[in-house]
Amino acid sequence: MAGKISIDTERCKGCGLCVMICPKKCILTAPDSNQNGYFPAQATNAGCTGCAQCAIVCPEGIIEVCWDDAERIRIVEIAGKPDAPRLIEEKA
Amino acid sequence: MKAVHKRTPVLKDCPTHYCPGCGHGIAHRILAEVIDELGIQGRTIGIAPVGCAVLAYNYLDVDMIEVAHGRAPAVATGMKRTNPDSIVFSYQGDGDLAAIGTAEILHAAHRAEPLTVIFINNAVFGMTGGQMAPTTTLGQVTATTPAGRQARGEGYPLQVSEILALLPGTVYVERCALSGTVSIKRAKAAIKHAFELQMDGAPGLSLVEVLSPCPTYWRMSPGDAMKWIKEEMSQVFPIARLKG
Repeated sequence: MAGKISIDTERCKGCGLCVMICPKKCILTAPDSNQNGYFPAQATNAGCTGCAQCAIVCPEGIIEVCWDDAERIRIVEIAGKPDAPRLIEEKA
Repeated sequence: MKAVHKRTPVLKDCPTHYCPGCGHGIAHRILAEVIDELGIQGRTIGIAPVGCAVLAYNYLDVDMIEVAHGRAPAVATGMKRTNPDSIVFSYQGDGDLAAIGTAEILHAAHRAEPLTVIFINNAVFGMTGGQMAPTTTLGQVTATTPAGRQARGEGYPLQVSEILALLPGTVYVERCALSGTVSIKRAKAAIKHAFELQMDGAPGLSLVEVLSPCPTYWRMSPGDAMKWIKEEMSQVFPIARLKG
């Protein structure tokens, strides 16, 4: 697992934009409502790549995206991107 | 684990009053991220509009002032002239900028005021209940055009950005959309460019029009509203860099 997101479900209004946009379909709508009566988005994080598209479309700004560093560096090394050395430095 | 996307401190840590799926939340966030990235939080003055974003000062952690309907460019002019070192922006909706405030924005652009204007266009009057705005597209059903807007009688959608791009007093006019991750990133880049122009002392007004979804009064799901921007609204309001 390279990425992980966390959603503040009590502040989510259940608009479903993140559910729609997630390319890996790893965000679902919760079956139970939150305190405001909305059915919030729920992260399963199964197959999450940490692309942050959910966080970019979220109108409430309540999605936080994390990357697993080791995994990230491995991906960048494979892709051979010019910014790979910088990322390795960041980890060190 | 390293956080790669988290809430910017310029956006206050509180829930918004906007409807689910409203574009104002996204616009506030990208605006706050731009202010954070440029490091101008301490010297930015924002002008809040009348409309759905009337409480923008509750969400953006910068100095803000609330003004009468449509008069944001006039107050911003005074702010910028008395505080030339400040970065002054106005955040206005289409009812505010394109209806009651047309004279103010036109003359602020005409006077080449070095301001940044964020123009949120959602094609309806959202706060008052989804009535027809000047920017409503032909055939669009609103509370006051139940049979769809007709050109005969109700007129054509007003393209303010095109009008302003013709004036010599504007340095940068761009129309963006909040219709997906790519377009949101482009909108953020445009807003950043508009702020950078003001920071560099460009001699004129910079305006970024943002086509924003209003799922409640378009009577669609938030996902369909984004599709409607992409497929229908951007035909009437083409996404383009109009000037600068």
